[in-house]
This record gives sequence, C-alpha cells and structure tokens, in this order.
Amino acid sequence: MLPRPYRVIRITRHTHDTFTLEMEPADGNPAPYFQPGQFNMLYLFGVGEVPISISGDPGHTRAYVHTIRAVGTVTEALCNLKIGAQVGLRGPFGSSWPVKEAEGSDIVIAAGGIGLAPLRPALYHVLAHRERYGKVVLLYGTRTPQDLLYRKELEKWRGLFHTQVEVTVDHAARDWFGRVGVVTKLIPGARFDPFHTKAFVCGPEVMMRFTVMELMGRGVETENIFISMERNMKCAVGFCGHCQYGPTFICKDGPVYPYSQIQHLFKTREL
Amino acid sequence: MQVLDKVLSEHPFFKGFKDSTLELLGECARPVQFAAGKTIFREGEPADSFYLLTHGLVTLDIHLPGKGPVTIQTLQEGEVLGWAWLFPPAKWHFDACALQLTRAIRFDGRCLMGKLEQNPELGFELMKRFSQVIVERLQAARLQLLDLYGSGTRT
Amino acid sequence: MVDTKTLVEKGSKTQEKKTPGAVGLLERGAFDQLFQVLQAQGYTIVGPTVREGVILYDELESPDELPIGWTDEQEAGTYRMQKREDEALFGYTVGPHSWKRFLFPPKHRLFRATRGKDGFDIEEDKYDGPNYAFLGVRACELQAMAIQDNVFLGGDHVDPHYRSRRESALIIAVNCGKAGQTCFCSSMGSGPKAGTGFDLALTELISKDGHAFLLEVGSKKGNKIFKKLPIEKAGKKEQKAADAVVAEAEAQMGRQLDTEGLKDLLYRNYQNPHWEEVAEKCLSCANCTMVCPTCFCSTVEEMTDLSGDHAERWRRWDSCFTMDFTYIHGGSVRQSTRARYRQWMTHKLATWFDQFGTSGCVGCGRCITWCPVGIDLTEEARALRASDQGELQTGMQAEA
Repeated sequence: MLPRPYRVIRITRHTHDTFTLEMEPADGNPAPYFQPGQFNMLYLFGVGEVPISISGDPGHTRAYVHTIRAVGTVTEALCNLKIGAQVGLRGPFGSSWPVKEAEGSDIVIAAGGIGLAPLRPALYHVLAHRERYGKVVLLYGTRTPQDLLYRKELEKWRGLFHTQVEVTVDHAARDWFGRVGVVTKLIPGARFDPFHTKAFVCGPEVMMRFTVMELMGRGVETENIFISMERNMKCAVGFCGHCQYGPTFICKDGPVYPYSQIQHLFKTREL
Repeated sequence: MQVLDKVLSEHPFFKGFKDSTLELLGECARPVQFAAGKTIFREGEPADSFYLLTHGLVTLDIHLPGKGPVTIQTLQEGEVLGWAWLFPPAKWHFDACALQLTRAIRFDGRCLMGKLEQNPELGFELMKRFSQVIVERLQAARLQLLDLYGSGTRT
Repeated sequence: MVDTKTLVEKGSKTQEKKTPGAVGLLERGAFDQLFQVLQAQGYTIVGPTVREGVILYDELESPDELPIGWTDEQEAGTYRMQKREDEALFGYTVGPHSWKRFLFPPKHRLFRATRGKDGFDIEEDKYDGPNYAFLGVRACELQAMAIQDNVFLGGDHVDPHYRSRRESALIIAVNCGKAGQTCFCSSMGSGPKAGTGFDLALTELISKDGHAFLLEVGSKKGNKIFKKLPIEKAGKKEQKAADAVVAEAEAQMGRQLDTEGLKDLLYRNYQNPHWEEVAEKCLSCANCTMVCPTCFCSTVEEMTDLSGDHAERWRRWDSCFTMDFTYIHGGSVRQSTRARYRQWMTHKLATWFDQFGTSGCVGCGRCITWCPVGIDLTEEARALRASDQGELQTGMQAEA
C-alpha cells in the first residue's frame, strides 16, 4: 500500500507533452515482474499519485518504463523531473493483454494516440517470441506526424519482414509521406485471419468503439478482442471505489478486458 | 481489353459485377499512371472522371493561405478517388496528388453517364456503391473532427 | 474481538446461525456498571447521545449521556426527535451517524513523507487511538460492518487502517424495539434482531414490572465483560419478553423492498427513462452516501507544509454524486445526475453482489430520511420494476 522509492535513470521527450521515464528501485533490487498491459501508481512527493501504464519490455525487469502525457498536476510535475529524481511507485496492478493465450493466433494491435504506450509491452513480448504467433499487425493512428510516439521504433518494426505496420494521422502537412485518415481505415487493409486472431485495442473510448466495430465487421469474435479501459483511480486496490465500471473495478478486473465481457457496459453511456 | 477487365473484376469497388457489366464499364476506362508528386486534379477544376486506385498513395489536400497544402485524407490501392463528377456543379472539392508512384484506372464521366442513363439498373447499383464510399468518407471525417487524440484524452 | 479471517468469512452470512452463548438479565439500576467494567478494561465507550437535535454517536463517559426517554420520528426527508412515555435508553431507531465514522473515519492520514538528502522517506500511519466499545449497534449496522469488512479485509489487499480499528473494537449490539417509518431491514435480511457479529447483545425490556436488559454473549471477549457484571438469571418469561420486543419492531417496519430478481432488474434497466425522473428531484448533494453505513468510496489529498520538506497523504470520504468523482483528463464520465444516481443505486442493489457477494444495502433507511428532497430507494426500485420491459436496455442497440 505504500509507495516504494524509485530513481529516474532515463528521460526521453517524445512530443511537446509526452515523455518517457525509466526508473529503477532506489534500493538497487530489481523491479517486480510485470505483465504487458499492467500499470503502476506513481507518487510524487507532496504532489500526488497517478496510475500510469507500463510501456517497457516485460523481458527486462531491472527498471520500469512509463510513457506519460502531461495533462494534470501530477503528470506535469513528473514532466519536470530530472535524472536522479526520486519517485514513489506502487504496483504492478491490474489485468494484462493475454499474450500467452494468444500463442498460435494472428495478433492485431490497434493503438490510438498515447494508447500505444500500454500496448508496447505486448508488442515487445510478441516480437521476442515471434515464432509462437501467426501474422502480426500493428495499426497506429495519431493526431499529426508530430504526435507519433516511439518514431524510431516504429520505423524499425516497419522494417521487419514478418510484421505489418500501418500508421495513419488525422492531419498532416505535405512533409508527411504516410497515410492520413482515421485509424479504423487501416483495418480493411490489415492482413490477418479473422478466425484465428487476437486483437488488442487501446486508445480513446470512441476510437476503441469504432475499431471494435470494424474488427467485428471483419469477422473477429468479441471474445478475441481485448480493450484497455480507463477511469479515475485513487487507490488501485479496490478500496476507493472511483474506477468502478459496472460490476467491475478497473484496477482489479481491468484495465484489460475481453470485449465480450464488457460489451453491454461499453454501450452504456456515462457508466 | 481483357487485362483491364481482369483488373476491374479484382478491384473491391466492382466486386460482384458480372463480366458483361465490367466489359460495358470498361469501354469508358483506361489505365493511367502518376509519378510521385504529380497532381491528379485540382480544386475547382471540372470533375469529369473518377479513378480506381490499383497502386500507390494519393493525398486529398486543401490549400490554406499562408500554410500551403494540408492533407485531409489519403487514399490507396483498393479505394475510389473522386465522386464530384456525379453531381452538379461537377467541380473537384480538393486537390488530389500522387504521394508515391500511383497507378489507377480512370473512368470518363461523360462516357459512363451515357451508359448509365441507358441502363438504370446498373446506374442504381453504381450509385449505391458511390453512396457507400461517400458515407464512409463522411464517417471518417466526423471522427477526424472529434480530434480524438487531443489533450482531452487518455494518458 | 474476532480475528480478521473469521470476520471476512462471516461477512456475507450474518444471521445464519445464532452464536451460542450465555444469556442473563441486567437491571437498569446496574447498567452503570457496564460502563465501569468497560472503562476498567480500557475501552472508550461510543454510543448514542443527543446533540443538535439528533441522536448521533459520540464518546460517552456515563449512561446519563444516553438519549434517555427520547425517540425519533422519521419519514422521507424528515427527522424529528420526540419524548417517549418511558425512560428507555435505546428507544430510538438510527440517526445520521453510523459506526463507519469510527472504523473508517471521514478523514484520516495514510502516511507522512519527509524529504531527505536525495529523496524522501515514507512512514505509514499506525492507528494508536483508543480501543472503542461501540454501544448500541443495531442489527442492520452489524450487517453494514460485515459488508465493509468484506470491502477492506476480504480481498487480495487488506486495508491496515481499517483493520487495526476494527480488530480493537468491542461490539455491543442492541436489538431494536422500534422500527422507523424508513426502516426496511427485514426486507434485506439484516434485522431487526442481531444475529452474529457482536460481542454482547442487549434487548431492552420495559414493563410495569421494571426496566432491565436481556444480555446475550456473542464472543469470548463479550463473555469477559459479561462475567464481571451483576447478572441475574433470565428465565423463559424474559426471553419471551425479548422476543416480543423484536417482533414489535418487525411489525412496525415502515418500508419494504422486494429483492426478488432485483440485481438483474437493475442490470437490464441502465437505460430506463425512469432515471431521468429521479434525476429531476435529486440534488446530487451526496447526503445519502455520507449517511449510508456501507458506502466506502474515498479520495486522497496531498498536503505539504510551508517548508516543502514534509508531506502527508490523507484519505477522506468521497461520493459518487460529485462531478470530480469520475474526472479523467478533460471531463467527468458521469456528467448527468441521472448517471450518478443510477450508479449509486445500481451499486447498492446490484453490482455489489458481483463485487462482494452480498447486497450493499442493509435497509437502515438513512438515505431516505436524510435525503433533502425525500427520494426513496424502495420507491425508486418499485418504479423501475413497474416500468421494466424484461429485456436488456442499452444505449446503442445497433452494433455490427
């Protein structure tokens, strides 16, 4: 229940408001093992605590990697940290992308905006065990080319012969040589077998709604589509009540849900 | 002409059309190619054709004074470029530009319209398919309008 | 008291079996000695007392502070204290307070952090307050405690702040001899008679022959107190009188809630237009959540001193009726009162089952009494049932 002290060892700036912190336990021990899709609570002395998904490689447990967008008091303060700064950390918490159960299937990873961050550990895992999976597709949509996360890595993944990477942006000037349009438009051209596919989707709720519809349109069953939900969260252990989503607590039962489990909730407004 | 018919029959837009229909439509079609950077049509020009894209990437741009062209959408292989020819005043709404080497089948609007007037059944079918394209573009535009990934969305 | 394990096991099955234990009679004249014995054992007694026109729970020094001769009249949106014709100590139903304010205080510190040379140190707050003896715990409130036990002690994570307060507390239940107009514990299976979860239980017996309390032992801890009291033997007559007291309360129950299929009813009525009607009345004031003995939602606040070297985290009650409750970067998820009331009621009566295995409502009626506009949970459930179409109502029916 108490934050453990961690030390920031690397900072990467992605866009004007998005950055990645890498942090390791201050006592020198390895960070606890995590599953792709899980999150930590990051505490900043005197400022507060926020849930942030883990975006690093699950195969490397020495440190935690968090990609954060500065949108509130705590995340803005995190944005101003320097290397060596101390951060409190509790976690990891929550459910994960079913990378183990997905072995033998094609993998479709559909990300919108910063939703790519919680999906990156799943992609790392899949690429590290590439032979266990069928086709692998990454579909990523964001606002403008300047908002692309992990640009170098995207280019690297795109260069892999065994992985289809499609990127689209909502708006672009003419110096962008890629696609322009909403992320759902990438699905018709994605190469996968709908009957043997696990799809992992993360992004704004509207983006997930339309992506799920598009995937279902291609014939992917609801139990093979997984989405990551987000709500206000204070404690991460089921006490504060804030993250209730229907009968579930996103901190314990989520953030990753099979769409089949929550589709009736997903269609209910203001839940 | 047989090669052209084969290309048409394989394009998603003409999926399910009979060979005889494709042959009829093919009479108004010819293959075209645009080098990267080449303009296909410009906003305000008469819209007298449409394109089935078979290769490459096309941008639909709008020119903002002081900012230059801004890309609204890209279209690629398997998609249809242009529906302004169907309705008056039959002028292009955007600039279309080949971002990469782009190949397409160009249909002559006047030729096609003539055939459709004589064959209302085919006209109706083609209209349905164009409506579908227009609806999809509208939905996509609406989603873009939401600015999904703006500052008000998930961390 | 009991250890946490058994607390949790008991969580969902109050009332199932009667704890076998000694029974005896304590005369009103000897009631002071209960206070003396408890105080001698180091307990701080918390019980009902009259303050600012209501009966609420506070620390008590002597039985004179109990609401002697007072009762309450309650209706939707109404609470009035009234004089009784007798000198009963526990002749009221329940007030706005519940025991959660002692087990899960409205505001308490979770930890303190101090800035050091290169970082900060965190020191968790350990409970060092008094061992409380809760006097006058109603059957519905025992059930409420069991429900909160499940929340804070029953899962993978245990809340240490709740646990230390809960474990050190002694529970003295009092069976109800009067039910209020907003009570519906018999519908919820939680009362009016205390089943389990107490250390001692009292039934107040007042007749022309005298004024006494039938005492029932519920635990070893309770037995220790029991043995130190001047207990007289209770015979069949006293037992019968005690049963009659509870039976009278049962007969007075002012409200009823039909729980048959209630969970599914709520699950399929997320889109029922009736929520709109409740929302027109509801002020989103959060009173119902504050007075509810099971509501457990909280938020945290960070505090720093002027030097910036000391920080503290405090936890305080929160309510699903506030806009901030569902705020995520840029807006609140539950913008409308309709959605917030629906969340609260659906949580109490439906989702709670899936989360914790029981209902979240004990039928104490506080949310009805203390609602400034008199919204009545039992009425709302009835209205939903009346307009139920028997199938799932969702917002977006059309989906591929």
